[in-house]
Amino acid sequence: MGHTAFGRRTDASVQELACEAFAEALRDAGIPRDAVEGSVIAAVPEYHKQRSIAGAVSEYLGLAPKPTWLVEAACASGGAAIRTAWMAIRAGSHDVLAVIGCQKMTELTTAETLALMGRVGEVQWESCFGATFPAYYALFARRHMHEYGTRPDDLIAVAVKNHHYGAMNPLAMFQKEITPEKAAASDPVASPFHVYDCCANADGAVCLLLAEEERAREISNHPVWLSGMGAASSSMSVLRRPSLSALPSTGEAARQAYEMAGVAPQDIQVADVHDCFTIAEILAYEDLGFCPKGMGGRFVSEGESYVGGTTPVNVDGGLKAKGHPIGATGVSMTYEIAKQLRGEAGARQVPEATVGLTHNVGGIGQYCFVQVLTRE
Amino acid sequence: MFKWFGVVNLSPSTRVAEFAQLLREGHLMASRCSACGDRSFPPRADCARCLSADFEFLELKGHGTLYTFTEVSVAPAGFETYAPYTLGVVDLEEGGRAMAWIGESLAAEDLEIGMSLQLVPRLRDDVEEIQVFYTLETPGYARDRAGATVTSLLAVWPREPATEGERIR
Repeated sequence: MGHTAFGRRTDASVQELACEAFAEALRDAGIPRDAVEGSVIAAVPEYHKQRSIAGAVSEYLGLAPKPTWLVEAACASGGAAIRTAWMAIRAGSHDVLAVIGCQKMTELTTAETLALMGRVGEVQWESCFGATFPAYYALFARRHMHEYGTRPDDLIAVAVKNHHYGAMNPLAMFQKEITPEKAAASDPVASPFHVYDCCANADGAVCLLLAEEERAREISNHPVWLSGMGAASSSMSVLRRPSLSALPSTGEAARQAYEMAGVAPQDIQVADVHDCFTIAEILAYEDLGFCPKGMGGRFVSEGESYVGGTTPVNVDGGLKAKGHPIGATGVSMTYEIAKQLRGEAGARQVPEATVGLTHNVGGIGQYCFVQVLTRE
Repeated sequence: MFKWFGVVNLSPSTRVAEFAQLLREGHLMASRCSACGDRSFPPRADCARCLSADFEFLELKGHGTLYTFTEVSVAPAGFETYAPYTLGVVDLEEGGRAMAWIGESLAAEDLEIGMSLQLVPRLRDDVEEIQVFYTLETPGYARDRAGATVTSLLAVWPREPATEGERIR
């Protein structure tokens, strides 16, 4: 596995970021480049100047003529790419594949970013009214507050926790603690959200080497297994959803992953969930079954998602503090949980963790990928 | 002429394009599948239930309740001059949901989830191009203010919705 620092990486191109992660992954696994049979690239094309980024990355890493292809599922591109590589290995087509999530979002101008921000939702009936990405999750937040009594303080508690752990992660974009007062006083974005309710665009790359079971045992004495894999979708238009206080794709993907791994939500010892906005982490606690529906706000405010609580969540800082280089995010989640299961997470290590979970959401729940990871 | 629809239109081509023409004339329309009768708002050409490609328009009165809302301060491209604006999602009594701006008949501090609202066809009168959309207003607002230009931006279309279920075209 390899993981670059996330943040404003004006020092490197997207290929160079990918190479940084890829070279580290080869060193970490102790295998030569020739052992990698192909690459699956996770990225969202519209955020790069370079079109068809998979080809550019594969060439730069010296992987040609081995196959490469791009997987896109908005912010869940990473989870989708891992699933695609896992399927190819399960099908017997490959034994070792590199999954590389990479994104260089800061090469776009603010104007270009603002134009993209206005088209994240359904464009025919929603984007035409100026519905931004934060606005969508704000609609969920307001509804959740109405139905379950979730408080603005609960939203802030997510941001405070994730910045607390971001301060312990040397690869995070923001390595500083924040106070609830500072979060509450930040500029409004889309009510009830302020700046500190939202994650930040970033640059970065992450590489995982996935291998067929027998091959994995040859390569490593301590492989981490993808034991449960779930994937689901929800309607693009939020107007076609049954409710705006849950993400149905999370519930369905989690059900599949738990069933395949033979575990229950209570068995998860550490999780990385998709906290693109503070409410999204609260929805995730509930939709993944870490707490009953409606209790997500209380769960975080009472410290249940800190190390030492019921289910430590996003103890790498989450999207919130680590930064959100869209294509790299889902791959970063799996990297972090694998680090935890290997016992290599340093100051933020969850003691004796052997079962972990990742939850990668695209858009406003249009795509969702859940993994249960285990260590023997 | 679906390019008329929305504050900023991003999708001019659609088989339900006549929706915008009808909205311009003051009619708020849902779609109804000609094969199985399934209704949809927003309208869709192909039935979600049976995939039949035949549909007809059905006029709505637009009454509903506020499901959720947010005031947008950081606007995307094309919306900078309007910020802050408030987006509401309304549950329509006649079925379906809509996203729309909260209009001038409602004050921000009075917004409450569950309150009664009406989705009202609007014609913009400060630009040369034809531009139509709908806003969420206090029920009856359009009837009371019919024909009046209520802000520098928007006129209320001077007609009441047709009788519920009345077929238009």
